[in-house]
Amino acid sequence: MYQLVLISLGLVFGSALLGMFADYQHSLARFLHFTLLAFAGALCAITSFAVLINNFTLVWQLPLGLPWLNWHQQLDGLSAFFLMIIGIGTLAAALYAPKYVTEYKNSGQPFAALAVPTSLFIAGMMLVVIAADAYSFMIAWELMSISSYFLVTYQHQNSANRRAGFIYLLMAHVGGLFILLSFGILAGFAPDAATAFTFDGMRAASPSLLWLTISFACALIGFGMKAGLVPIHVWLPEAHPVAPSHVSALMSGIMLKVAVYGFIRVSFDLLGEIHWGWGAALLLIACITALFGVLYALIQQDIKKMLAYSSIENIGIIFIALSLSLIFFGQNLPHLGTLGLIAALFHCLNHAMFKSLLFLGAGAVIHSSKEHDIDRMGGLIHFMPWTGIFFLLGCISISALPPSNGFVSEWLIFQTSLQAAAIDSGVLRAIIPISAAVLALTGALSAACFVKLYGTAFLGKPRIRSIKKSREVSFGMLSAQGLLVSLCVFFGIFPTFVLNLLNNIPQQLFGEGLSQAMSHGWLWLTPISAKSAEYSAPLVAFGLILALLVWAGVYFIMKPKRKLQNKGRVPPWDCGFGPLNSRMQYTGSNFSMPIRRIFSPVWELSEENKLQARNGLKEHAHTLIYRENSDDISWKIFYNPIIKMINFSTKRIGKIQTGHLRHYLAYSFFTLVALLWLIS
Amino acid sequence: MVNILNIQGWLLVLIQTSLFILLSPLLAGWIKWLKCHLQNRRAPSLFQPYLNLWRLFNKEVLLPQNASLIFRMTPYILSGVILLAASVIPFIFVRVPSAATADVIVLVGFFALSKFFQSLAAMDIGTSFGGLGASREMTISALAEPAMLMSVFTLAMIAGSTNLSSVIETLLSQGLVLRPSLLFAFAGLVLVAIAETGRIPVDNPATHLELTMIHEAMILEYSGRMLALIEWASMTKLMIYGVLICNVFFPWGIAESISVGNVFIAFFAIAGKLFVLSICLAIGETVFAKMRLFRVSIYLSLAFTLALLGLLSHIILEVGA
Repeated sequence: MYQLVLISLGLVFGSALLGMFADYQHSLARFLHFTLLAFAGALCAITSFAVLINNFTLVWQLPLGLPWLNWHQQLDGLSAFFLMIIGIGTLAAALYAPKYVTEYKNSGQPFAALAVPTSLFIAGMMLVVIAADAYSFMIAWELMSISSYFLVTYQHQNSANRRAGFIYLLMAHVGGLFILLSFGILAGFAPDAATAFTFDGMRAASPSLLWLTISFACALIGFGMKAGLVPIHVWLPEAHPVAPSHVSALMSGIMLKVAVYGFIRVSFDLLGEIHWGWGAALLLIACITALFGVLYALIQQDIKKMLAYSSIENIGIIFIALSLSLIFFGQNLPHLGTLGLIAALFHCLNHAMFKSLLFLGAGAVIHSSKEHDIDRMGGLIHFMPWTGIFFLLGCISISALPPSNGFVSEWLIFQTSLQAAAIDSGVLRAIIPISAAVLALTGALSAACFVKLYGTAFLGKPRIRSIKKSREVSFGMLSAQGLLVSLCVFFGIFPTFVLNLLNNIPQQLFGEGLSQAMSHGWLWLTPISAKSAEYSAPLVAFGLILALLVWAGVYFIMKPKRKLQNKGRVPPWDCGFGPLNSRMQYTGSNFSMPIRRIFSPVWELSEENKLQARNGLKEHAHTLIYRENSDDISWKIFYNPIIKMINFSTKRIGKIQTGHLRHYLAYSFFTLVALLWLIS
Repeated sequence: MVNILNIQGWLLVLIQTSLFILLSPLLAGWIKWLKCHLQNRRAPSLFQPYLNLWRLFNKEVLLPQNASLIFRMTPYILSGVILLAASVIPFIFVRVPSAATADVIVLVGFFALSKFFQSLAAMDIGTSFGGLGASREMTISALAEPAMLMSVFTLAMIAGSTNLSSVIETLLSQGLVLRPSLLFAFAGLVLVAIAETGRIPVDNPATHLELTMIHEAMILEYSGRMLALIEWASMTKLMIYGVLICNVFFPWGIAESISVGNVFIAFFAIAGKLFVLSICLAIGETVFAKMRLFRVSIYLSLAFTLALLGLLSHIILEVGA
């Protein structure tokens, strides 16, 4: 069965090869490239689904790499689940891209420079989740990082892209180093030196708690850097918006999940022992991440930057669930730990679906309107009705409103945190509900954020004239969004199905599952017991549909009567001052103003008011320019001191480099003398 | 967990929910009547809200230019969601099949969904009033929702369940115990309810002054049956909060088993509780003035702090003890 995974990998590499020879002029090679990718994605998703549902664990080796170091690979429940997410994301991107990439026809960049890294990027992600030794894991991880660097800098003529690419590359490598250290510590304690670098060897290692904690911290920094935990997230809001949109969807929706996979693999599987202190520390970081992400998302005007910050928020939510799970496992409450883990995995799946969907939708909007700034859009739902509806459903999901899939996973996280009473330690019992409060605040703010995004971009009137020329995008681009929307709706209405699937993962890792969760049939979600909480998404959805159907019935019965009185559209209320124009609408910045004022210390906001006047007279003013700028505060708090420190120390060290040969000879001589003295 | 093919149960749901939404205009009329008398004004009839709704249902709908699908769908979605929310609240009976489908977190989610659509509909026309109302509504709800969740979590942790029926049953079975956590949660929830139903001091339901209005600004463009549905939904929402506060914190009298006598007692019990609650609300609305919008955040953070104190005092004082 694992051959199917290798076949889909082969297809991805094949598409990379084809992409090398494809260009914007000839559509055949381009078409074949994306077809191969789509097949690879579908095959990968179906295979891993089959593996997951049948509870298989496949292990194999590839004769690659150094002669005495084969690549170990595996496909257990956890890997299969993330491989499934990658497959779905790849399929959606491949459906979407053929028409979308024509946008770059006149950009001056060759198609191959986009196609080859895209394929390698996808292959890298697949290889990461099936790796079963540190060696192939690191190779795959670097393949993923470096190929996505080329995607970020695809349009390298913009300086913003080059800057984003540099920060990304730098942080990806620092992160990679930490991951390597984390593996290294475990491998160093492995009993059998020959297989120390394999995951099995690391599992057998039993370091002291201190070393375990160091290894955990390294993994947290390494994977957290990729996932976007605050304050090591700064590459994310710069890199995700500047990549082509289908790549942004892959990066935000899928690659962040690969980082989450790595974290879960190390901390829940390889370390072998879980300490509740790790969970408590992580909980703090995760809460800050979630709040920080949503607050920064709220004040953005660039549609893709907003989505990127919202990814940080969702990663925070996933890590809240993971840290709850770590705390419960560390406190010897495995069934509650399992619940937290499943909630985190469910949110991973959901976020992969709706964030990819929203990035694809944002790409469609940008493709069609040539605008990034939501404060210049407006009324797009009239010009792009299907994209508008898909985007709305995505917004409902990401705002965690019932009966969407986002709601189910947040509901599960709330249920997990409400079990805090089972813990003995009073301090832990007190901090877990506070994390629930943070989660509640985050959810409510993200609803505000997406009302702002949707209301400004899709509703109202067009704010600039060119928006009126936007047209609905092609069928391929819509079908990719349609695929993701239907998955979102399905996961939202039938969550027990997903839970059944996810239940196999903790079964394999800990031999413990949620026995209760589905015991009352597919209608009822009862994570702990029927007494403590139950939610029936199908019945809620049915009730909503029933209510709407009743109204639709009433509407159609009344319709003949209504037609007689139909007087057409009327102008909206203008207070008697004459017609309203589109500049009088609330913009996104207006919308978020009350929230900006309430949470003002969080941002570093700079506002600029400029009055342009004729003859330098205030009375002859004709234009008022208002610009606001918000820099990520983590630069000021965290990065600028580091940069300053490095600059300072390099300047000091630079002093000994005089450039005179005799000084260097003297350095060598004294070093030699010192060394001789040391060994004598 | 209930048998979903329980016909009798669903019949009770139907009766209870229709009673709920049919009586909600009466509650609104009664509060208005009380307020008028407290403020030395002549009061309209108690049944004036019914007449208003009837008049609106018979009027034609004037659709504004630029209205999209969102604007036209919202009244139906809104009333559907609020109807669903009303059906899961234990009003007369503690255990009805619908109460099992959605717990208290879902209830908060229902309110969030209704606000989401209402704000979008407000922004659909492209007037500044709509954006103004939507922006304020989402700001207030962003602060009120966590406070509400914290208060209901206190209840959920006391009862060990997020299901409203279970919460009420647990509190009933414990008898009259004075818990500090319940007191805090009650105070928090009352403050949230005032903010969420748009009453003084957060919003004034009786005015159309553009500087202060929130809810009215969002529905300014609606007319005819659409307006009627939205008005009815907001009256039902007021009633939901009222019944929630009454039945959860003072559950005595609610029918635990189905018999004619119990039902009568439960009906008069809830009517009496709502009577007292609405007098308090009317007095509060007469005594206090409306707050500035930017003071609402202080008000809501007070609600949040109270609710969090409730939760912490439960965890620290009551779990260990």
